Amino acid sequence: MMRTWLKWLVMLTFSIPFQLAFAQVTVNPEITKGLTSFNSSAILASVEQLGQSGSPYAEEVLLAMASGQVKVNDQGQIFLEKLDGSFVNLTDGASVSNLPENVKKIRLNNRLRLAITNALAYSQFFSENDETRLLAVKALQTNIDIERLPLLIKARSQEVNADIALALDLSIASANLQSKDNQQRIKAIVNLGESGQGQFIQTLMPLLRKNDRGQFVEPLEIRQATEIALKKIEYQLTVESWLGNIFFGLSLGSILLLVALGLAITFGLMGVINMAHGELLMIGAYSTYVVQTLFKQWFPSAFDWYVIAALPVAFIVTALVGMVLERTVIRWLYGRPLETLLATWGVSLILMQLVRTIFGAQNVEVANPSWMSGGLHIMGSLVISYNRISIVLFALLVVLFVWIILQYTRLGLFVRAITQNRQMANCVGVPTGRIDMLTFGLGAGIAGLAGVALSQLGNVGPDLGRTYIIDSFMVVVLGGVGQLAGTVIAALGLGALNKFMEPFSGAVVAKITILMFIILFIQKRPQGIFAPKGRGVE
Amino acid sequence: MIASNPLPHLNTASKHHQPTLYKPKAWAAILLVICFFAVLPVLNLSTPENHAWHVSNYTISLLGKFICFALAALALDLVWGYTGILSLGHGLFFALGGYAHGMYLMRAAKDSSDQLPDFMVFLSFDHYPWYWELTQYAAYAWFLVILVPGAVAFIFGYFAFRSRIKGVYFSIITQALTFAAMLLFFRNETGFGGNNGFTDFKYILGFDITASITRASLYWVSLAALLGALILGRAITQSKLGRVLTAIRDSEGRLRFLGYEPLGFKLFIWTLSAILCGVAGALYVPQVGIINPSEMSPENSIEMVIWVATGGRGSLIGPIVGAATVNGLKTWFTSAFPEYWLFALGFLFVLVTVLLPQGIVGLVQKLMKNFASKGVN
Repeated sequence: MMRTWLKWLVMLTFSIPFQLAFAQVTVNPEITKGLTSFNSSAILASVEQLGQSGSPYAEEVLLAMASGQVKVNDQGQIFLEKLDGSFVNLTDGASVSNLPENVKKIRLNNRLRLAITNALAYSQFFSENDETRLLAVKALQTNIDIERLPLLIKARSQEVNADIALALDLSIASANLQSKDNQQRIKAIVNLGESGQGQFIQTLMPLLRKNDRGQFVEPLEIRQATEIALKKIEYQLTVESWLGNIFFGLSLGSILLLVALGLAITFGLMGVINMAHGELLMIGAYSTYVVQTLFKQWFPSAFDWYVIAALPVAFIVTALVGMVLERTVIRWLYGRPLETLLATWGVSLILMQLVRTIFGAQNVEVANPSWMSGGLHIMGSLVISYNRISIVLFALLVVLFVWIILQYTRLGLFVRAITQNRQMANCVGVPTGRIDMLTFGLGAGIAGLAGVALSQLGNVGPDLGRTYIIDSFMVVVLGGVGQLAGTVIAALGLGALNKFMEPFSGAVVAKITILMFIILFIQKRPQGIFAPKGRGVE
Repeated sequence: MIASNPLPHLNTASKHHQPTLYKPKAWAAILLVICFFAVLPVLNLSTPENHAWHVSNYTISLLGKFICFALAALALDLVWGYTGILSLGHGLFFALGGYAHGMYLMRAAKDSSDQLPDFMVFLSFDHYPWYWELTQYAAYAWFLVILVPGAVAFIFGYFAFRSRIKGVYFSIITQALTFAAMLLFFRNETGFGGNNGFTDFKYILGFDITASITRASLYWVSLAALLGALILGRAITQSKLGRVLTAIRDSEGRLRFLGYEPLGFKLFIWTLSAILCGVAGALYVPQVGIINPSEMSPENSIEMVIWVATGGRGSLIGPIVGAATVNGLKTWFTSAFPEYWLFALGFLFVLVTVLLPQGIVGLVQKLMKNFASKGVN
C-alpha cells in the first residue's frame, strides 16, 4: 500500500514541468549547506530541512535531487541541471554553461531516496492543490515520526477539505503511537483501528512484538487495544474484498454476457457456432473509433456523447455484416454445422485482415468520455470506476432489449418457433429463410453493441475478438441453447467464479481451472444449464 | 464392445470387400510417389550445389515439415473424415509429442544429463522437475511421445464420449482444451520454458542435428512414418471396425439402436489419432529446431482442419494432398505477398466448405467419373 502511494507520488511529481522555475531558484544557503558536505548524515538532515522550509523552490531542488540532476563542489556551490543540459547555480540563481571542474553528483542511496520522498511529501503538505496535499499526507501515514506532530497539527488546523482532514487525523494517530503517554497511544490505536485501512496493519503489528527473551515489549493494555484494532481492520478488509470481488465478478460477468449474447441467439437458432463472432465485436469497436473521430472533427462540443451515437452505428454496421455473411456463406451450409464452423472461421480471418488493411495493425485509441472516467468511492480502498458501472447497466439494458424483442415482437415469436422446431415452423408458414437472416443480423448487431462497450475498457485492435471468443463460446456451451436465462446465469457465474478464484491461484490458473470446470460440467449436463426438453431434442 | 451378435448385413458386406488394402495399380502409384520423395535427399547429399539435379537443403527441410503436417492431417482425418468427430484441438497432441521429444533433445544438448537448460537456470530451478525424470534417454522420451498424447486423449475422450458430447459442442470443448493447455505452457512455472519453449537443439542420438545426413535421416523416418500411418489407416478403414466408425459418423443414434456401444470405437480411433499426431509433432520438432506453446494455439489446430478439408476428408490420400497444397500455398504467399496470406486462407476456408465439400480428391474423382461416362457415350 505504502509503496504504491510512494510510486504514485513520485510519478505525479515528476510529471510537473519544473524547468521554467529554474531561472530564479534560490534557497536559504543555511539549509543547503549540508548538501555540499559530502557527509551522508548532513545531506540527510539538509534534505529534511529543505522539506520543512516551506520554500516554494525546495520542491524543485528535491525533485532534481531525486532524478540525479544536482551537482555540488566542496566550495559550497550547488548546480541544478536543466532539461536542456545547462546548469543553474543555486546560490545566486545564475545560469552556468560550463561547470567548475571539481563538481560531483550527489550520490543517491536508498536512505537518501526515502528521505527525499519524505521531504517532498512535507513540502507538499502545504501545497495549494488538494490532490497533491492528500497524496502527500497519505504517503506519510504509516511511517511518520512523532517529532513531526507539531507540523501535522498545524496542517490539520488549516485544513478545510474533509477527506484530507480525515487522512491527517490518521497521520496524527499514527505519529501518536510513539507518544510517551499510554492513554494517548491507546486512543491512537483505537483511531487507527476504526479507520479500517489495511496499511495500518504494518504500523500496528510491531506493538505485539516480543523481545529476545520471549517477553512482550508493550504493556498488556496496549496489546489488547492493538488486537482489537487489528481485528477491526481485518474485518473491514474482508468486507471490502468480498464487495470488490462481487462487483468485479459482476462487471466481468456483464462483459461476458454482452459478448456471448449475440452468439447465443444465433447458436440457439441455427445450432451453429459463429466463429466470426469475435470479429463482429471488433467491428463494433472500430465503428466506435470511427464515430469518435467524426465527432472530434465535426462536433467537438458534443464529444462526451459520441459513445451514445456510436451505439446505433455499431449496431447497424455489424448487423449488415452479419446479414451479408448469412446470405452469402451460412445459408449454403444449413444442416452441416461443422462446416459452418470452418467457413465462419475463414470469414473471421478475412474480416481481421480487412480491418488490418484499412486501419493498420496497430491498436487505435478510443477515449473514454469524461462522464465515464473517475470512480465511485464505496469504502476504504474500494473504488469502482464509472466505466465498469456503465457496462453493468448497459449489459442489463441490452438483455432487456433482447428479451423484449424475443418475447413481444412478431420476429421474436418466429425466432422462438424456429428454435423449437424448424420444420414445423416452416410448415405453418414462418418464412424461415428471412427470419434466419434477420436473426443473424440481430445477433451480429448485439455483438456490435458489445464491441462499443469493449472499446471503453481496453485496447481496440484487429485481434480484439480473439481475446473474447473462447470465453464467449464457454458461456454459450455452459448456458445451453435457446434460453436467455441460461446465458445470463452462465455469464455472471463464470465472471464471479473467475474473480473469486484469482486471488488464490493467479489469473492464468483461474482461467485454466474454469475451462476444466466447464469440461467437467458438460459431463453432467451435456446440453448446458438449461437443456431443451422434449422430443425435439436429438 | 459389440453388445449383440454382429449384424448379418455387415457380414455380407465384408464378403464383397477386397482382401487386399489397395488394388495393385494403386499400390504401384503409392510406391512410385514414395520412391520419388525418398530419392530427393539422396540427390541433396550426392550432388554438388550447382549441379542441375541438386535439391537444396531448404527444399528438404521444407518437405520434411510438410510430411509431418501430412501425418497430422491423416490422423485428424481418421477422426473427422471417417468418424465424424471434428477436433479443433489436435494441435495440442501435435505439440505434446513435440514437447516430449523436445525434453530429450534439450538434455542431449547439454554435456551432462544433470546440467539444467538455460531457461531453468534463469528461473532458479536447482534440479529437474519430476516429470523430466529419465528424459535423457531417447527411448524413454519416444515412449512419452506415444504415452502422453495417448493418455491425454484417452482420458479426455473417455469423459467426453461417455456423456455423449458431440457435434459443435465437442469441437468447442476441444478448442478450449488446447487453449487451456497453451495458457498452462506459457507459464514459466510449468517447467517447459514458458514463452520461448525449447530451442537450440544440438544432437540427436549423438549425431549433429544440423548435419545434412541427419536432416535426410529425419526426413526418411518421417516419410516411413507417413507410409506406415497410411497403411494402418487403410487397414482400419477397410476392416469391419472401419465400417462401424463410418456408421458412427453417418448415424450414431441408429447404430446405438442396432446394439452397438459407440464409446469404445470412438475412444479407440480418437486415441490412435492423438498418438499419430504426437508422432508427427515429435518428428517435426528436430527438423524445425523449436517447439513453443503457440503450436497449441486454437488457430493452429483449426488450420490443420483446413488441410484435411482442402484435400478431401473421408479419404486417406486427401489429407496428405491437402496438407501439402495448403502449406505449399502458405510458403509461397508468405514470401510473395505476406499481407494477403490471411485473405487467401480465409477464402480457402469459405470456398472449400461451400463449394468443395469433398476437397481436391473429391473434385478429381468427380472429373474422372464425368470423363469416364463421356468416354462410354
